[in-house]
Amino acid sequence: MIVSFTVNGEERIANVSGPESLLTVLREELGLPGSKNACEQGECGSCAVVLDGAVVTSCLVMAADCEGSEVTTVEGIGSDRELHAVQQALLDHGAVQCGFCTPGFVVTAAHLFEENPHPSSDEIKEALSGNICRCTGYGAIARALEELAEGTA
Amino acid sequence: MTTSPITRKRVRGGVGDSPLRIDGIPKVTGNFAYASDLYADGMLWAATLRSPHARARITKLDTAPAYAVGGVVLVLTQEDVVGRPGFGMHVPDQPVFADGECNYWGEPIAVVVASDLPTAKLGVEAIDVEFEELEPLTDMEEADARDSQTRRMKIRRGDRDVEGAVVVEGYYEVGQQDQAPLGNEAGLAIPDGDGGVDLYAVSQWVHSDHWQIYPCLDIEPEQVRCHPVGMGGAFGAREDVSMHIHLCMAALRTGRPIKMMYDRAESFVGHVHRHPARMWYRHEADNQGRLVKVEARLILDGGAYESSSNAVIANAAYFAVGPYRCDNVFVDAVAAKTNNPPAGAMRGFGGVQTAFAHESQMDKLAAELGLDPLEIRLRNALGRGDALNTSGQLIEGSLPTAELINELDAMPLAEPLDSDDARHLPGGTGLTTDPRHVRRGVGYGVTLKNLAFSEAFDDYSDVRIVLSPIGVEVYTAAAEVGQGMVTIIQQLAREVLQIEQVAVVWADTGVIGSAGSTSASRQTQMTGGATHQCAIELREQILAEFGGDDLSGEGVWKDGELIVTLHEVCESGPREHEIRYRHPETFATDENGQGDAHPAWAVAAHRAVVDVDPELGLVRVVQIDAVHDVGRLLNPVAALGQIEGGTLQGVGLATLEELVLDRGVIKNANFTDYLLPTFLDAPHVEVKWVEEPERWGPLGAKGIGEPPTISAGPAVAAAIRNAIGADLIRVPILPQHIVGA
Repeated sequence: MIVSFTVNGEERIANVSGPESLLTVLREELGLPGSKNACEQGECGSCAVVLDGAVVTSCLVMAADCEGSEVTTVEGIGSDRELHAVQQALLDHGAVQCGFCTPGFVVTAAHLFEENPHPSSDEIKEALSGNICRCTGYGAIARALEELAEGTA
Repeated sequence: MTTSPITRKRVRGGVGDSPLRIDGIPKVTGNFAYASDLYADGMLWAATLRSPHARARITKLDTAPAYAVGGVVLVLTQEDVVGRPGFGMHVPDQPVFADGECNYWGEPIAVVVASDLPTAKLGVEAIDVEFEELEPLTDMEEADARDSQTRRMKIRRGDRDVEGAVVVEGYYEVGQQDQAPLGNEAGLAIPDGDGGVDLYAVSQWVHSDHWQIYPCLDIEPEQVRCHPVGMGGAFGAREDVSMHIHLCMAALRTGRPIKMMYDRAESFVGHVHRHPARMWYRHEADNQGRLVKVEARLILDGGAYESSSNAVIANAAYFAVGPYRCDNVFVDAVAAKTNNPPAGAMRGFGGVQTAFAHESQMDKLAAELGLDPLEIRLRNALGRGDALNTSGQLIEGSLPTAELINELDAMPLAEPLDSDDARHLPGGTGLTTDPRHVRRGVGYGVTLKNLAFSEAFDDYSDVRIVLSPIGVEVYTAAAEVGQGMVTIIQQLAREVLQIEQVAVVWADTGVIGSAGSTSASRQTQMTGGATHQCAIELREQILAEFGGDDLSGEGVWKDGELIVTLHEVCESGPREHEIRYRHPETFATDENGQGDAHPAWAVAAHRAVVDVDPELGLVRVVQIDAVHDVGRLLNPVAALGQIEGGTLQGVGLATLEELVLDRGVIKNANFTDYLLPTFLDAPHVEVKWVEEPERWGPLGAKGIGEPPTISAGPAVAAAIRNAIGADLIRVPILPQHIVGA
């Protein structure tokens, strides 16, 4: 079946044969490999995207259900030339090591800051508790986002 | 030659700074290419048939039905291996595909190549395979009793008849931890059209892969080129060959690029894990708490094939006592061979297992003598000029154990729990813990780890530096697994050459020699050391040729005047230099485990503060205070990241993470059942450094990758014991171990 939906502000069409996840379609069909496939079980958050205003793990969303939806992936959040404040903060604080979890953290944190520009430390940790990072121990990610939360006017 | 009024600028981003990592921008925007993102025109996909049994004879293997699946182009089995039948890090004991029998659950039997991944998986299902199940050997003690092992190690040092005034004994177990790097195994092989192949697959050491791959393909070494690729973490899981030979075989047979990508469930059997361990200890000390004698028996389960088990068991034995002086040490250690999935490298490499045991023993001794846990460690602290307790090797390099313990003691203790906010209670927002029942505990872990490769291994790193008018290129085959080696190389090159523009070129096995493995906490010292030494020699060559006394991005200087520009230096001839850097020679030990096996060591000291709900068995690790032995701090942000990240892996082993095996079958090969620490499980970590320069390596710097993981676990275990007043002899410590303990 043909699914048409909006991805990062652009109208896109995907040819979906059946049970593929939104993640698989983004990565393998639409040329958007920024969303990562670490567990494909909804546990690690590395495939997080914003779907119709809510953060979801795209590995658990059937692409066939996305007709008419609006999707924002990490590729739609900032660019190499113009980083989103969350991306800049993570970079500045050394919160990126292997980086495989980073797209999911960027998507989830950018959405958090949109909803709540001054989250507390506890709110940051809770909002990102569905995103697993195996490298950093979360310390640098916490420092980056806490500073951003304090500095956002 | 020109003279000019240009002033000499101090370079930015040198040693001691924390420059932004150059791969950071593509990583935050999603544009960084990992192995799983690679693509080539016309590529095919491959999938693997794996053994459903821990031990079985293959009675039928008919691949014809797979070819009946539309889109399947090739099925490979052991019959298709034209060269050496097997591979392995140290010995080629593992067949490329199961050779008539399966020795562990998940062992590859066949690979199906098809137009896309779903079709390849259909092909795998279509293969007609039958088994005769055999009784698997899955208990490490039974394996030891049957002499099924890959290495026995013996430490015999001092006098077995001496006795201490105080004796403590203990039995300890460490469960099996998975590295769980977020990026699964993935790779792409591209045939070169001339009988050779270029491989882009996850690896901590592309040259080791190369040495293992080409004999199996029966082609010339230079016909296989292994390329460094983007990786989503490693932690030991990327040291061994997994899909590499399969990819190359499929590419050579089909003449098409081949992609493979394991999913998470397959990844759990697609790489080796940390060795689970059983350990029996007896410590004897005098009335002052000074160690008199330590005896230990260690069994680590190495699974079905050797991998790096023989080096892991050596580490377990050499570091069985920890960073403490003791002249009478007797250790028997064995790497058991079973039908469990193979075990191999994971961050800490044998040291993690024995650290849990020796630190538990030190606490027992302290309790017996009424001493403070840090005081007994301080009284025994090993340092420069001492003999290593196990091998007797004189410690010539840096080993500031006592300084670390004193620094740790001086760090302020975490604030008491003063909140009934459920987010700060054990169990979190499950709202199940009554704050009045929470008990706080404090515990310590002080540990020792060797740096770089030991036991006479010819350990080296090749680096080539090329100078051009626009900057410096550093060629290396070192694996950047996320740790930030890229930045360390840049900083060291900048520091010496005083040229800011430094590019790191990740070169394949056809372009440059081995950098050695990104493991054993070794790359900062080895490839960092190679970069530093190579830059020094290149600088000296240029200064000698032009009669200068200083070099910078502007050019060559003499007495404060610029005498020749960098452009002119580069125009007058190719400016490149290549070196092979080695650490001090090490030696195999004798039959008693005595000798100079190690080039260097690092210590770490951690204090854990935990809150425990003893009724529900819930634990919250509140804070870890960590003091680390860094030799010379090259990059504070990168070092902090290694310490915080490594610490959380130690916390994970102590409180959450364990592969559950039932007769050799992993029962929790997914992230729903294999639990990893989340943001809410992560303690606050306070870090201090001790800088006592090492005798070799760049500017005295030491590796920092593994020590945090080794020390954190024992500290957390001790803190939980301290909170509930019970003996806990096994990690991970799960709720059922706490309730009623």
